[in-house]
Amino acid sequence: MNAARKLACVVVLAVCAVSLAANWLAPAGYAKQFREAPSAPPSRQHWLGTDEVGRDRFSRVLYGTRISLLLAPAAALVSTVLAALVGGLAGYLGGNWLRLARGFTDLFLSLPWLFLLITVRALLPLNVSPLTSVLITFFILGLLGWAASARVLSTSADALRNSDFVLQARASGLHGPRLFLVHVLPNLKPVLYAQFWISIPVFILSEANLGILGLGVAEPLPSWGSLLRELEGLISFREEPWRLAPLLLLIVVMTSFQLLLSNEEVTA
Amino acid sequence: MNTNTNTTGRGASLRVLLSCVVLGCALLSSFAFSQSGGELRFCLRSEPKTFDPLLVDDDASLSIRYLTGGVLARVNRHTQELEPELAESWKVSKDGRQITFKLRHGITFSDGSPFSSEDVAFTMQRLMDPALHSSTGDAFRSGQGAVMTNIIAPDQVFISFAAPIAGLDRLFDQVAIMSAHSPKKEAAVLGPFVVAEYKAGSSVLLRRNPNYWKKDSQGRRLPYLDAIRLDIQPNRDVEMLRFKRGELDLINVLDSDYFDRLAASSPGLAHDAGPSLDSDFMWFNQVASAPIPEYKRAWFRSANFRRAISQAINRDDLSRVVFNGHAQPAIGPVSPANKFWFNSKVKAEPYRPDAALQRLQADGFHLQNGALVDKAGNAVEFSIVTNASSKARERMAVMVQEDLGKLGIKVNVVTLDFPSLIERISQKFNYEAAMLGFRNVDLDPNGQMNIWLSSAEDHAWNPQQKSPETAWEAEIDRLMRAQASTADPKKRKESFDRVQEIVAEQTPFIYLVNQNALSAVSTAVEGANPGILSPQTFWNAERLTLNATTRASR
Repeated sequence: MNAARKLACVVVLAVCAVSLAANWLAPAGYAKQFREAPSAPPSRQHWLGTDEVGRDRFSRVLYGTRISLLLAPAAALVSTVLAALVGGLAGYLGGNWLRLARGFTDLFLSLPWLFLLITVRALLPLNVSPLTSVLITFFILGLLGWAASARVLSTSADALRNSDFVLQARASGLHGPRLFLVHVLPNLKPVLYAQFWISIPVFILSEANLGILGLGVAEPLPSWGSLLRELEGLISFREEPWRLAPLLLLIVVMTSFQLLLSNEEVTA
Repeated sequence: MNTNTNTTGRGASLRVLLSCVVLGCALLSSFAFSQSGGELRFCLRSEPKTFDPLLVDDDASLSIRYLTGGVLARVNRHTQELEPELAESWKVSKDGRQITFKLRHGITFSDGSPFSSEDVAFTMQRLMDPALHSSTGDAFRSGQGAVMTNIIAPDQVFISFAAPIAGLDRLFDQVAIMSAHSPKKEAAVLGPFVVAEYKAGSSVLLRRNPNYWKKDSQGRRLPYLDAIRLDIQPNRDVEMLRFKRGELDLINVLDSDYFDRLAASSPGLAHDAGPSLDSDFMWFNQVASAPIPEYKRAWFRSANFRRAISQAINRDDLSRVVFNGHAQPAIGPVSPANKFWFNSKVKAEPYRPDAALQRLQADGFHLQNGALVDKAGNAVEFSIVTNASSKARERMAVMVQEDLGKLGIKVNVVTLDFPSLIERISQKFNYEAAMLGFRNVDLDPNGQMNIWLSSAEDHAWNPQQKSPETAWEAEIDRLMRAQASTADPKKRKESFDRVQEIVAEQTPFIYLVNQNALSAVSTAVEGANPGILSPQTFWNAERLTLNATTRASR
């Protein structure tokens, strides 16, 4: 593990740890409105100032980080499992199954993601709690985000299907699910890990995109997306630099993820 | 000799006096001349959908129609009074069905074709043609039957409608007269400017109409400006940056955030004209067939419940926090800015959470482990939908969520893209409460008929009723029809005052705030007097001037 990767690992772990301790570290609840001090600058009481309705920004960053960092991996897990099912199996079965799966994947990749998300979001029931809404949002992201990973996995599985050791296993009489589970799947693990790690920042950014459009996590629950939405209309960074804190955190975490990823990808 | 000397002396004095007068006039004239010319620049926030003045339905096209169209009478955006324009005078019949206009003489369209009563008749016939689908024309459709126009003389025209139209003369503020004979059709105009160039997606250039009929007190032909460039720019950040750089001269409507930042850096440029006619409000879904639980429908149909919710909302906080103080707690369907129609007896609902709780308890609601429940034990929880594109409304919803949380009511805020929101609230009725705004451009209550009549499509809480489902809605129907069927302003006011009182008692809409009319005017512009009525900053465009530096730089 090189130094940059170690540092990235420390950063991600530190951010995760701090956000998990939000209940103890946050000076106020994420929804508590200090209405006498809306859009306040940093102070002893509010380290990163307050947002437009007077909520403590530091507390919201802590809670928002927890939500984004916990649920993005969950969404990544959903999408990787789906990708393994579609891409891995299609690649293992080969022939028409592979062609069919690739065609379907290409079709899925050509869909306008954002509009699809907006449409699906609009069809959801309205009267759900903010926590349910955030779970639904990330679950949808996971359901819609499998296609790119499936394509990579189908290619890898296709290569494994024709490899010597699989042919030898077949010749020894191993077939069907057992062959897939014992010989193919374990060899797909590095690709699966890489796809899983790649998906996490993608989902964090997707949620941030939805948040910027006002369609992400429901109020008053914070997420990086809703926190970034505060930057709308910020004309001069010099006037209120503390408002950039969520953006800086996002950049740091995304960069750390990229540094963590590179070795996985090399292995894959 | 003396006499001669005296005579010569008097002559010399006279000559000096005369010279002074001539010099004074020349100076005054040169001053006026020095004020004219130049190109005013500001932004349209969207592409104009049409240049046909009778088909205008969007803000950008409305702005262009205002600057290019000549109307028979114009509502003065400052005094809110109706003033003569192309018509010297007019007379409305007692029953409000007929109007006779006496037109000015010697006016020509921008292409030189003469203006006469034929043009007024042509415009009205085209406007009322059902095949045109003109929303401007809809305001004149008071009953079944054709609109008759009768040309009495080249300078006199008589128009008769099938049924009485309240506030008939004021509706002509929106009717830009078109030429009956000009081959240029809608390009021939009677307003101060003409459309000279249109680059789709980029800009619209208006040049001064050389044949514009109006003159200033010195006899100089208006407008003073040579041209107006309207850049099409939907991004408000870019608009503000360009304004700060001096590339734009006006911003017609500003958000409170931008206003405060501008006021902090350049206090003289930001203008707060006070409460506008616009209001933001929320309402509960009362539609009988709506897919919501029956017990919730019962809550929403209870006036007590609605009033309790209204009392539990801190409107002062909404105005102060969300709009940085550039809004006022809303009172009812009419903003206090509407001087004539506002009922001053109706007062804003004060923030009284204790009274709200008592009101709810009277209906059988009670607190159970900190949560409010109804008689049957159902926890009081509902969602408020609003449009994702409005940050202000989202902030208001979050504050309402907190206010109602103090009563033990759980509110879920849902932001949706606008088409999905409209589909839910006007077609599927699949929502519980909604928060939206009303952009009111019409002072007259007739402009709100589509909201208050129980049969109307925009009767948001329970639209398109075959017959009024409640006694108070029946009463509002009766009063709105009564005010629309008489031309007597006093009787109309009485009827609409009562409507405002019923709305305050029944609270079908929970009015939240009236936003202030905020705008920005560069120091380069002289003569601007931003107001609350649209168009806020350029309503007197024909009399606006640019300072010498700006004129020289463009």
